[in-house]
Amino acid sequence: MAAEAYVQMKGRRWWREVSWRYLVAVIAIIYAAFPIVYVLSASLSERGTLTGSNTLFEDVTTIQYEALFQTYFPQWIVNTLVIGGVTAVATVLMAASAAYAFSRFRFAGRRGGLTFLLLVQMFPQMLAFIAIFLLLLSLRDVVPILGLNSRLALICVYLGGALGANTFLMYGFFNSVPKELDEAAKIDGAGHARIFFTIILRLVAPVLAVVALLSFVGTFSDYILAGIVLQDQDKLTISVGLARFIAGQFDARWGIFAAGAVISAVPILLLFLFLQRYIVGGLTAGSVKG
Amino acid sequence: MARMNGRDAADRTSGAARPDPDEAAAAERAAVGRGTTSHAREMGRFFLVKLVILALINALGLFVVFSAWQVGHWGVLAAMVVILVVANWVYFSRRMIAGKYLFPGLVFLLVFQLFTIAFTAYISFTNYGTGHNASREDAVAANLAQNENRVPDSPSYPLTVVSGPDGELGFAIIDDGAVLVGTAEQAFADAPDASITDGDVTEVPGYDVLTFGEVLEQQNEITSLRVGFDDVDEGSIRTQDGSTGYLHRSVLTYDEATGTITDTDTGVVYTDNGEGSFQAEDGSTLLVGWRVGVGFENFTKMFTDSRLSGPFLSVLVWTFAFAFLSVATTFFLGLFFAIAFNHPAVRGRRVIRSLLILPYAFPGILAGLVWAGLLNRRFGFINQVLLGGAEIPWLTDPWLAKLSIIGVNLWLGFPYMFIITTGALQAISSDVYEAAKIDGARAGRVFRSITLPLLMISVAPLLIASFAFNFNNFNLIYFVTEGGPNFPGSPIAVGATDILISLVYSVAFESGTQQFGLASAMAIMIFIMVGLISWLGFRQTRKLEEVL
Repeated sequence: MAAEAYVQMKGRRWWREVSWRYLVAVIAIIYAAFPIVYVLSASLSERGTLTGSNTLFEDVTTIQYEALFQTYFPQWIVNTLVIGGVTAVATVLMAASAAYAFSRFRFAGRRGGLTFLLLVQMFPQMLAFIAIFLLLLSLRDVVPILGLNSRLALICVYLGGALGANTFLMYGFFNSVPKELDEAAKIDGAGHARIFFTIILRLVAPVLAVVALLSFVGTFSDYILAGIVLQDQDKLTISVGLARFIAGQFDARWGIFAAGAVISAVPILLLFLFLQRYIVGGLTAGSVKG
Repeated sequence: MARMNGRDAADRTSGAARPDPDEAAAAERAAVGRGTTSHAREMGRFFLVKLVILALINALGLFVVFSAWQVGHWGVLAAMVVILVVANWVYFSRRMIAGKYLFPGLVFLLVFQLFTIAFTAYISFTNYGTGHNASREDAVAANLAQNENRVPDSPSYPLTVVSGPDGELGFAIIDDGAVLVGTAEQAFADAPDASITDGDVTEVPGYDVLTFGEVLEQQNEITSLRVGFDDVDEGSIRTQDGSTGYLHRSVLTYDEATGTITDTDTGVVYTDNGEGSFQAEDGSTLLVGWRVGVGFENFTKMFTDSRLSGPFLSVLVWTFAFAFLSVATTFFLGLFFAIAFNHPAVRGRRVIRSLLILPYAFPGILAGLVWAGLLNRRFGFINQVLLGGAEIPWLTDPWLAKLSIIGVNLWLGFPYMFIITTGALQAISSDVYEAAKIDGARAGRVFRSITLPLLMISVAPLLIASFAFNFNNFNLIYFVTEGGPNFPGSPIAVGATDILISLVYSVAFESGTQQFGLASAMAIMIFIMVGLISWLGFRQTRKLEEVL
């Protein structure tokens, strides 16, 4: 059935088969966007209470944003960018180099290693949070910078999950890069490190970007690990900071929280919209392939 | 083609899985043959970089080894030595090329994932938690220290309050003309370079002497401060006024030979009860206990302790119900939208898709908090505006709270299902639909017999993965309802919407006392269940691949 036939569709048939789809679309969009519009309105309200936010866009001021920047919020942004950024870059590098090893070298224990990673993948690291807490508690006595209440320690904890979650994804992509490329480079005298950094990594750059983005969003959305590792107000990430800021004081601090939510969600929303093609592509590729 | 530089070629080929040979060759020429640097020089540069990085790692590692040795943490020390030896071996060996690429990730994986999982298993067989944190020796010392009284007719010591480099308070006393200084953490030690003026310590190297005003300001901290001597039996010094110290000794004495503690005031003897506490004959125990293995007690307690088993079983049932309903509701709503908008006559499909993806991109924690505000009983938008001031207890009634959780998760989760089902729908060949149409199948029949089965083949593994994810969806539960409303009368803070992972968190950190042993046992149960679910999903994938 040619698509033009539908586009040309008119009259009763259009009303019967197509019109309701637009109605559903309107409802769906209101449903999806409403909470976000509400937060935006709350962040611009003057009173900044939960009750005061119930009339959408009653007034538009920047009071809440000014109040937000009197808190530790700017420091939380820096922390989130540093922790999330370092974790994302290191995750990509470590997972990519592991995938390179599995994809390009034949060594004893290769099959075993792949199976092992597949098994590890099944057990979320987050579940071991008590042991992580106790491990960092005793590490604090040895090297304070790797112990509780240290941002570096949190990064190390996140990196513990780097291989398990991403190696397999990358392994598949690395296998799709033809081996003839490496072989030709090898004949030209390139070593394995050169082949990895200058050929393979460049060819799979979009995958690396998506893994980095997902890793960043992952650290951004983590409360349980960040919440038990970080304790001082000035060391928190945005999520933990905002969640603790509003805990028990929903009504009084609603506007400031909304401002924080808007500022931190907007960059992520934009990233998703711009990278939509890759993310949707990745998700559907997974689904179609099974 | 000839003018194209390496980067362009790489970019152009990267999107597609299989680059065309011409472009690939260009990429390769550009990447490999750039410039005139010879292979040998290139090697030298790489080697230098490697040397510097390894030197840094070795220096840091040795620092960790040294500090572990200083504080006597043999486990950390041994682990670090092994890591350093293996690192140097792998990176200086000419072989082990795969090892060079695997090593960094594996180290983090071993320490922060595998070790912690094994450690969780170990803790689940102990009574680790509040009152049972340390070794038996530490417990003896802590009990002795907690039960100290001023020794009658004891000598008094001229005392000066000082503060250490990190601001911690300490005492400097004069004992037989010599100055001793110590803090709560650090037993008294000689301070030969301290100066004494008019019978008072006026200066101690490494410490600041507090002024009278500062002493007044921190009166409470100072009167509760205890600075011990090296030997626990010698007791400690405390002060009431910040200028005179008195010797305190414990009313308890520890007998090494019998391993018992005796209260010298009352004569009561406390013996090791085998469960990590000192217990008197009347059943009372000393406050501080220690860590011992308790076998499977933490596991059996969940099912046999009547105060625990009720809440635990209801949490278990709700966890499965929640995960299943989450997947089912989001899948069908996503599928409905996918079918509605996956029609060639609908214009603006890309705009619709971009807008519907919004909840998926909105950070989950913040979304949970926003919905908690929207559903607030007295001030929330839903009750106040949409329902005209009805005070419906969305988050505080057990069943409505469950409904709210499912509802919020529907908002968060349907875009993902919408995306994957749209992709899967587009992958179904239109031939089958035409065949069905020729055979005279109606829309309902086509959906049931063609769309849904074909869709399931590709989507089923993702549904299982989604189930496993929701099984541990801590953020949603914790930020929308905090697991509440709580069951009354339970020894742990647990509520109607708690799922297993939020229950573990609550038992470990938020139930007044920290019960790490019990919480770890629950975490191990989750590990087993999640492992089973993932394994089922994995098998499902394999089976489907065979079918295809």
